[in-house]
Parts: sequence; C-alpha cells; structure tokens
Amino acid sequence: MTKKKSKKELLNRNTESVNIDITQKKFRLSDFLAEKVIKGVAFLSIAIIILIFVFVFRESLPIFQPEKATVGLVTAKQEVQETYGEVTDSLSTSPAVQETYGAVKDTTEVQEQYGAVKDTTEVQEQYGVQTKDTLGGIQADDTYTVSSGSGYDHNRAALRSLGTTEWVPVSEKPRYGILALLMGTLKITLISMLFSAPLAILAALYTSVFANKKMKEIIKPTIELLAGFPSVVIGFFALMVLATFLQSIFHYDTRLNSFVGGIAMGIAAIPIIFTITEDALTAVPKTYYEASLALGASRWQTAFFVILPAATPGIFAAILLGIGRVFGETMIALMATGNAAQMDINPFASVRTLAATIGAEMAEVVFGDTHYNVLFLIGSLLFIFTFLLNAIAEFYVKGKLLKRIQGK
Amino acid sequence: MTIEKINTENLILYYGQKLALNNISIKIPEKKVTAFIGPSGCGKSTFLRSLNRMNDLIDSVRIEGKVMIDDINIYDKNIDVVNLRKKVGMVFQKSNPFAKSIYENIAYGPRINGISNSNQLDEIVETALKNAAIWEEVKDRLGDSALGLSGGQQQRLCIARTLAVNPEIVLMDEPASALDPLSTSKIEELIVQLKEHFTIVIVTHNMQQASRISDHTAFFYLGELIEFDKTRKIFTNPEKKQTEDYITGRFG
Repeated sequence: MTKKKSKKELLNRNTESVNIDITQKKFRLSDFLAEKVIKGVAFLSIAIIILIFVFVFRESLPIFQPEKATVGLVTAKQEVQETYGEVTDSLSTSPAVQETYGAVKDTTEVQEQYGAVKDTTEVQEQYGVQTKDTLGGIQADDTYTVSSGSGYDHNRAALRSLGTTEWVPVSEKPRYGILALLMGTLKITLISMLFSAPLAILAALYTSVFANKKMKEIIKPTIELLAGFPSVVIGFFALMVLATFLQSIFHYDTRLNSFVGGIAMGIAAIPIIFTITEDALTAVPKTYYEASLALGASRWQTAFFVILPAATPGIFAAILLGIGRVFGETMIALMATGNAAQMDINPFASVRTLAATIGAEMAEVVFGDTHYNVLFLIGSLLFIFTFLLNAIAEFYVKGKLLKRIQGK
Repeated sequence: MTIEKINTENLILYYGQKLALNNISIKIPEKKVTAFIGPSGCGKSTFLRSLNRMNDLIDSVRIEGKVMIDDINIYDKNIDVVNLRKKVGMVFQKSNPFAKSIYENIAYGPRINGISNSNQLDEIVETALKNAAIWEEVKDRLGDSALGLSGGQQQRLCIARTLAVNPEIVLMDEPASALDPLSTSKIEELIVQLKEHFTIVIVTHNMQQASRISDHTAFFYLGELIEFDKTRKIFTNPEKKQTEDYITGRFG
C-alpha cells in the first residue's frame, strides 16, 4: 500500500517538474562557493610551497653579494693561529700560497698557508675558549693572519669556497665546500635505493600477484604502518644494532658509514616504494593477467613480463618518492652515517649529507652569519635537486623509457 | 565422420553455492567452428572458460565431471595447466592487448616458450599477423603501442597473439560483441579461414553470426545444454521447443 503511494507521489512530482525554466541561467551559490574554496585551498598550498622556497633562497642570498663593511676601521691587528683537528697531508693546495682578499689597505696583510706543511706540523687550536693545548707541542709555520673588517670579505671567500671539498664552517677562515656533502648525499641515496628498490618492488609484486587475499590483507597494512615509523627510531636501531651487525659481516674500519646509513634509509624508504608500487601493480587491468595466462605463460612470467612493465610509470613514481625521502632524511643521516664530510667513493667511509648538515648546524649558527646563509643555500639546493630529479625523471620516463617498454 | 577434439562428460560447476553448469556433456569436433548461443548468464562463457581452466583463477569455483581433450582429462591432478593453455588458446570479449608494442604483443607468447632467435620471432610475428588479417594495416608500425590501434584492430591483434603460440584449440568469448559491423565481418571471415588449422569454439550473442560462421551450434539455457547439433539443423529445424523459442526471438 505504502509502496504504491510513494510511487504515485513520485509520479506527481515528476509531472510538476516538467515546467523547468531553462532559458534563464541560474546562479548556484553552493556550487560557486565550493568551486572557489577548492580553488583557493589549492592555490594556497601551491603558494606555501613556493613561498618556503623563496624564503629559504632569500636567506642564502647575502653570500652572493659583497659583504657590507660593518666594522669601521680596525686598529688592532688580530693575529690568529689556527689549525683544525688533525692536519692531514691530503689538504689541498700547495703550501706557501699567498692570498689576498679584496683591497688590502694599511698594514692588513693576509698570509695564508695551509696544507701539507713539511714535517714540522704544528697543531694549535683556538675555539672560543682558549685552550693552549697544543697537540704534540710542535711549533708550526701553518699560520695566517686575518684582519676582520675592511680587508676580508667573508661572503666572497665563502662563495669561492663553495666548489671545494672542505666543509669547515667554524673557524677563523671558514670554508664551505659543499662538494663532499653533495657527494655524501648522492652516495647514500644510491646505496639506499640499490638496497630498498628491488626489495620493495619484489615485495609489492609478490603481494599484488602471488599472495592470496588473506595474506594480502595482512601484509599491506603492516608495511604501510612502517611508512609512518619515526625516523629517529630507525636511526637509533641503525646506530645501535645495524652498524655493529654489518661491521661483523663486512669488517670495515669505520663503524658508522655511508653503507650503514644507506641501509637504514633504505628501511625508511621501503614502505613508501612498496605501497605505491603495489597500488600501481594492482591497477594493471586483470585482463592482462588473464590474457597472459591464456597464452600459456606461468604466473611469474606474467608478473615479470606483463604486469611489471605495464606498471612502469607507477613504479618510477614510487622510486622517486623513495629518493625524495632519502634525500631529505635528516635524523637517520645524523645518527648513522658518521657525519664526516669527506670526498670518498668508498661505500664504507663516513659521510655527511646535506640535510644532516643543516640539521646539525642550524641551531648553533649565528643569525645572519655567512655560515647561516650557506646553510640556507644548502636548503635551496636540496629543493632544487629534488625538483630537478623529478623533472628529469618525468621527462625521461614519460618520454623515452616508456616508449621503449610500451611501444611508441 | 569428424573427430572429436573436446569431449565433456557430466561437467558440473559451482560458483560457491550457486550451480552454474549442470551436467554438460558435449562432443566438439576437430577443425570445425562450434558456436555456443544462449541468453546472458546461461553459463556458456563459464563453460568456455572451463575448457582451458581459466576458471581456476576464481577462488570459489568448484568443478565436477570430466573435460577430455584428445582423450586426456584436463581436470586430472597431474595436468600442467600452463602447458594446457598453450594448447588451448583464448580470445576474450574485450580486446586486451598488453601495454607493449605491436611486435612485442605477438612475440610475447613465443618468447615465453623459449624462442629467442630474432629472425625466427620476426617470422612468427609476420605469420601470425597475416593469419589474423591485420598484417597489411600494421606492418609499417610494429614498434608502435598496441593500445593505439582501433578496437577492431586490437581484437584481431589479440587473435594473432593467440595464434602465435600455435594452439590446437582457440576459444573465443564473444570476440566481436564490442565491434562495429565492418570489423565484425572481418573477424567472421577470419574465423572461417582459421578453422582449416584450428578447432574453434566461439561464444556469441549474435545468432546471425552463429549461423553464418559455425558448423555446429550448442544452445545453453540456465546452466544446461539444451540442444547441440549441426548449425543448419538448429536454425531450421530444432528439436526442442526452448531452442526454437530462443532462435525466433520469443524469449531471451
């Protein structure tokens, strides 16, 4: 009875609504608002990203300009003797180099000598607190004189030292060579990707193609849970357990090195790569699977030669996200890589990454200092690198690779 | 008399609790075209898929009875399903070329069978494409993506892909149902040519198509095989009333 009634009502309404006016354009407030709000939020988020970049880059700008003469005339001639840590023979530039920065007036003279200084290497340190604790107690000619102020332009010196391999930011004559940091970052990224990408992709392939439904329901959420795992915990694990364990296998000298760091970051990257790859593989039409099986292919042949190639774009996106994670990873890098900025392709050498450098030094730097500016420059470099990486990969994957795998 | 290629004995198939095929016994002759007709959901596609064990992919399927191909029960425990499917190829309703180039689509089957000689592969690809009457259209763009072909071309490519493995039986699940009349007629011509070398079993909704291309026709209704005979007999003088009703369009 009620059913009939409702049907009748429906009919009545239908007949009423025949008189719809279509000649007049109607203003729909909710549509309008929703559209504008979505648009606004979208642009806001894009603007925030751009503004962050602009801010980071702006903070690094001063080192591209000549330093303003803040200190007027310097009367007292400051003489500083210093060396940093151990003076090794590998320090570049030939001995007895005389350098002058900017216009040298009056008695200001900059004499510089660093590097291999014969046999009579003297190590004298002066860090804030003056501890005249000379190592070895030998007198040295590793001496240079800097008069701060009119003569020495920190910014130009910093800019000039960017392309070198020495990262010695805290010293009277600081050097900001980021090449070693860059190399360390790339090395770690490479190691972690070589470790995590095959593992994650094969795990995803197994979950997507071979695992039964019940297994899939257990595996996928578990690994996804790991994606939110705090990196400090992974770092701690790498520091305490992984480093010792790997050392007992490979017997390398330095306990914390790029290999340990790379593996630890790989652990952090695996869940990300896994999740996105798994989604990409599951999105491959089931008809591909059926068609391949109907041709007499076994399951693994189908998985490797049909499903994996069909999911290439998704897998590349996954790897890129993984690289992004490793590239910007700070905590694990701080804890497990040894933090020594050295140029060395040996995977078992300690490294320092760009992100770890910012993380370690930003809190202790003088605001507005050259060092501060350089750290921000590193920040913008990280930005630019990630962006470039994505852009190149996008063009390469969309352009060449995909065509080769999936036809023109 | 024709030789039997496929012989099913009391085939029963369940989807979970639901009975989908009830006691199907049929003898499909070699190197002929056999058409399955019947209304939607009558089990003809299910039956077709059980001939190369594609139903194995569905978890809830349970099968009883025998399917004999060349006097071997393919539901026997020791049967190698992968090799069975090399023998019994299948073309699907929706064309499903891989996201690879045209060449790679065809070469995939031979490759997984261990053929890696490029000259030999070239030859197989060419022969398969010629057999599927698509060679002239694609010979200049074998490196292009197969997904860029039209629907009819894609379906013929899928047929070529199946032929490249050189099966004995080709199962076709409504191969022309999503195609325009011109492509359909091309595929129909193709099927008639192919029966020289292959045993073809085709599921179709289109009764004109069944009468045009098939030698034998089986009529399915509600999971049961109602009638199976020579096509001419089914379409001119069916024995069962249900068949006649369906063919004349009185139900279905």
